[in-house]
Amino acid sequence: MSTPEFRPPDPRMVPPWRPPAEQRRDVTPPEEIVSDDGVIRPFLLTGGRTRPLRDGLRLETLVRAAPAALSAPLRFELLRIVRFCQEPRAVADVAAHLRLPIGVTRVLVADLAAEDYVTVMQPVDELPLALIERIVDRVRAL
Amino acid sequence: MSAPSDVSTAAPVVVKIVISGGFGVGKTTFVSAISEIEPLLTEADLTEVSIGVDDTRAVGGKTTTTVALDFGRIHLDASLMLYLFGTPGQDRFSFLWDDLVDGALGAVVLVDTRRIQDSYPAVDYFEDLGVPFLLAVNPFDGAPRFALAEVRDALGVGPEVPIAECDARARGSVKDALVLLMEQVLRRRMRALAAGAPRE
Repeated sequence: MSTPEFRPPDPRMVPPWRPPAEQRRDVTPPEEIVSDDGVIRPFLLTGGRTRPLRDGLRLETLVRAAPAALSAPLRFELLRIVRFCQEPRAVADVAAHLRLPIGVTRVLVADLAAEDYVTVMQPVDELPLALIERIVDRVRAL
Repeated sequence: MSAPSDVSTAAPVVVKIVISGGFGVGKTTFVSAISEIEPLLTEADLTEVSIGVDDTRAVGGKTTTTVALDFGRIHLDASLMLYLFGTPGQDRFSFLWDDLVDGALGAVVLVDTRRIQDSYPAVDYFEDLGVPFLLAVNPFDGAPRFALAEVRDALGVGPEVPIAECDARARGSVKDALVLLMEQVLRRRMRALAAGAPRE
């Protein structure tokens, strides 16, 4: 015959309260946040924006950063883009290098372009005939 | 009249070709065969392989926003770069196609003769957009062999669309396919110029 369920717990047996920061540490290492959930959380890098400030950033559009941008006060991922684009790189290359989705990469590159930290090559809509001929020749020579 | 040195000092020109076809038809193999770099993945945490194997319905909407996209790169000369982009293999990712195809010179549609119907969506898509394309029949071991004309008929495309056999594992074969496609791109452009010039 016991009636333990109505007895209040002995305060000496209540485990000490742990600060939330300490608990958080054993639950989710930050690396997993990015790799685990491909798209939603990387858009945190863009402040939730999914539309770039400018259009015309195709996957193959070349991005080139000014050397001066290397010393600009940029946050980490923007600085990585600036470092990587010291020689011209395609938007797709930037995304692969930073392991970010294309959509996030576009927003970040457009932000850098708006501040003139990078220049973006304008896409050509209709290639001149001579250029197409050159491509045919070069592909044949591969 | 620009000096010849302009070619090397000018900004590089980048062009792109899209590699398409059904799931597992050899797009990544095709790109690897000729790319100077290992095909790169973006949004890499869900690959085509895992899409095919996993029951993606179990994870709800997640897969619609996370998809592997692979591409390769070829320097054609000092100031001319060619990118090859493989389209995601499954229909549910078709929303990405507009983005991939925007500005493309043309497309290669790979065909597996065991699953010819898998190439219909790509053929329809490029026909609708007026993008020049090539049908490239990837001869899988043990797959039935058809005359190329039969494959063309099965896909319902006209004689103006070039078709060739293309072993996606063999660099030479992949290169030949790209040459055929580029010749088609050039032909189309010259025809457009010839048709447009006298009137306008």
